[in-house]
Amino acid sequence: MIKKTEAPLLSLADIVTTVNGGTPNEVTILNHLNLNIYDGDFITVLGSNGAGKSTLFNTISGELPVTAGTIKLRDRDITHLSVEKRTAFLARVFQDPKMGTAPRMTVAENLLLASHRGHRRTLRLRGLKQQMPHFKEMTATMDGNGLSERLNTATENLSGGQRQALSFLMATEQRPDLLLLDEHTAALDPKTSAQLMAQTNQRVTQERLTCLMITHHLDDALKYGNRLIVLDQGKIKYDVRDEVKAALTKEQLLGFFESID
Amino acid sequence: MSMIVSSIGQGLLWATLGVALFLTFRILDFPDMTVEGTFPLGAATAVMAISHGMNPLAASLLAFAAGALTGLVTGLLYTKGKVPILLAGILVMTACLSINLRIMGGSSNVSLLGKQTLFASNFLTQLPKYFDSVFVGLVVISVITILLIVFLQTDLGQAFIVTGDNREMARSIGINTDNMTIMGLMVSNGIIGLGGALIAQNNGYADVSMGIGIIVIALASIIIGEVVFGELTLNQRLVAVTLGSILYQFVRLLVLQLGFNTNDMNLLSALILAICLMLPQFSKALNLNHVLKKGLASYDQEN
Repeated sequence: MIKKTEAPLLSLADIVTTVNGGTPNEVTILNHLNLNIYDGDFITVLGSNGAGKSTLFNTISGELPVTAGTIKLRDRDITHLSVEKRTAFLARVFQDPKMGTAPRMTVAENLLLASHRGHRRTLRLRGLKQQMPHFKEMTATMDGNGLSERLNTATENLSGGQRQALSFLMATEQRPDLLLLDEHTAALDPKTSAQLMAQTNQRVTQERLTCLMITHHLDDALKYGNRLIVLDQGKIKYDVRDEVKAALTKEQLLGFFESID
Repeated sequence: MSMIVSSIGQGLLWATLGVALFLTFRILDFPDMTVEGTFPLGAATAVMAISHGMNPLAASLLAFAAGALTGLVTGLLYTKGKVPILLAGILVMTACLSINLRIMGGSSNVSLLGKQTLFASNFLTQLPKYFDSVFVGLVVISVITILLIVFLQTDLGQAFIVTGDNREMARSIGINTDNMTIMGLMVSNGIIGLGGALIAQNNGYADVSMGIGIIVIALASIIIGEVVFGELTLNQRLVAVTLGSILYQFVRLLVLQLGFNTNDMNLLSALILAICLMLPQFSKALNLNHVLKKGLASYDQEN
């Protein structure tokens, strides 16, 4: 297990998350899970289907209330903080390209909305025109997908790859303390997926963003990030970082999964 | 000629309902049935307030407040009570039937005969016949439309739009979608209440049954505007609602001129709306004709 002396950015202590509580369909998904996330961690999250990866994200983001346990952001208890309030420090990119963007609004309008993430919305005029050069510059950093040429296009007319690139930009344009990437390249074709993954890695490492990334690709899990965790039956089964992670081979990683089965 | 002016005046006054319903039906993307209760509630509130000596403008604003209150109740039932929106609207609409009778002191119809109304100022009474409703309607709908256009360009307005467009995404960037929904329902029903106050003053009475079928009229304004004017920006669509409302009144005039009974109007309104709503299906059918004419080969090539 990881031992670090610095205080964690986010700590999950003894988290239990149950769905359909009080009914015959009650299922405990996260089962006394403990996880400390430190500043600058880029964690790849692995686990079989049903291991609790998405539930972990939904618990961190506040979509699912915890049944027991405590979530702390530094020293602040945020266990019962609403989804909306958590967005002040947290951003998320979903797997489904349709989930992260507003279809009838333009690329620029989506970026403008996300630039106020976690802030109170007031009766101040939105000032879209003044922001256009900035948006042009920002979208140009995601080169190769033509997003910067389509600032005035409704996002429903974008390709899946463009939508995911936009979702990623929206999540990172205002630096989040914690970024959750929920298999954000899984719905894309291999080429687009690799391109977005490379851009993601560049952005996260350059800006030292603290990030959790769910993936099903063992290669990606090994290649990216400084830390790797494997979930099983609602608990962290393996947690390796830095040199240990760097030295980890695909065979060893497959061995983790075999030990689970 | 006077019939045409009258239709324009009625179209402008009724456009308040179309614009209000646009906020919920088109932006938040759900049908709000509350309006059938809010409309007579606004009418009853304004008429009773004026009967008790209140200034007509203040009475109209009071009707706005009463409408907003019903929107608040529907919004709370939907967001906090988790009652499906259609049912929440129907519940509040039904409750309004009793409330409206209470407000009107138990009688189903209260007249404004001999009372001061927004249409009774010296300036308006000097205008040719029916021009008073054109003037009042134009002023009111212009103010409402301009305020809404400006509002939708603010950060709060954008948060309101995105709530209807993608609720998940709105939440993920920190927008409280429940609050946005409640706000939309309050503003929408407030405007409907104001519309009720205006139309009651224009008619000279409030009637408990005056809300029946108005959701169809309001929707018809929106849909006719969209069908006639096609692809538009959001701001242009708001203006198109008013033009749609006037066109609807022309259609109504035409239908009455053809000798139909006013009692048939609800049936005809529903028919007009149903036809407009089915237009996309008709155009698909037209494509089918195209295939039949040119053969399936052309269809394969095009797809």
